[in-house]
Amino acid sequence: MAVMNVNPTRMQMTKLKKQLQIARRGHKMLKDKRDELMRQFIELVRQNKQLREKVEAQLENCNHHFINASAVMSKQAMESSLMSSKHQTGIDVGEKNIMSVDVPLFSQVHGSDDEGEIFPYGFAFTSFELDDAVSSLNSVLPDLIKLAEIEKSCELMAAEIERTRRRVNSLEHVMIPRYEETIKYIAMKLEENDRSSRTRLMKVKDMLLEKAHNYSEKY
Amino acid sequence: MVKNIAVIGDSESIKGFGAVGIDMYLCDEPQESGNLLKRIAEGEDYAIIFMTEELFELSAKERSKFAEKTVPAVIPIPSAGGNRGIGQKRLSLFVEQAVGSDILFGN
Repeated sequence: MAVMNVNPTRMQMTKLKKQLQIARRGHKMLKDKRDELMRQFIELVRQNKQLREKVEAQLENCNHHFINASAVMSKQAMESSLMSSKHQTGIDVGEKNIMSVDVPLFSQVHGSDDEGEIFPYGFAFTSFELDDAVSSLNSVLPDLIKLAEIEKSCELMAAEIERTRRRVNSLEHVMIPRYEETIKYIAMKLEENDRSSRTRLMKVKDMLLEKAHNYSEKY
Repeated sequence: MVKNIAVIGDSESIKGFGAVGIDMYLCDEPQESGNLLKRIAEGEDYAIIFMTEELFELSAKERSKFAEKTVPAVIPIPSAGGNRGIGQKRLSLFVEQAVGSDILFGN
């Protein structure tokens, strides 16, 4: 690991030591954040998988119903009965914060509780297979909305975990070792300077003594 | 904040959704799905946009723009042609992105 390009001074070392301390604290906190995010993510993604399997099976079932319906009705009649929807499904969008990740909360806005309300057509000229198809699709709707909420949350959390993981790794494997090594380098440099000035002083003292008294301290 | 739901797909796959109050956007030209998605998502009227798996795959570039936003949620659903497992694969990708390798659904 490369030593940073700094002046080997005591002041610089104190500064680096402080930075190292901050980096260590940040590393610990980010690691905790990553672990907690991961725990929640795994839980959510498991739930997501179950729900997706359920919804996909239900949608396939709906499709069968629609195929049945189209077998007994003409294409035009069916399309025109389905086109004119009476209501629009509204979604109340909220937000929830999971470990600093903003995830959406979707809740269906209920227009009316009347069960017949879901059918956009009169019953006179349509087959009951179509009623089955529409009501089955209507019953999947809450699950579909829930699936959208969970899947979006998973998507956002996966991205956040990836970012946090990168940060943790760069602190752990790059920043902190670099600080440590630079501090070690400065400490060694300072010691070396210390030793060299001490030997210089000893040498000067020898020379001065010899000059003044013709006296040598050499052993 | 009340928003709506949209669905993008071929007419065969999404015909029922209009009946349950979801706005339908027919897209019989797969190449057009990206542009359509962009147009719908930028309008910000929709909280959820369902797409059939085929179109979902083709519009990866356009989707990436909304990946970081809370809404809209772009969610793949199986089309009338059958389930191609793209939705399931997407979950594996999430796990891979978060953990580094797919440790949950790896197969």
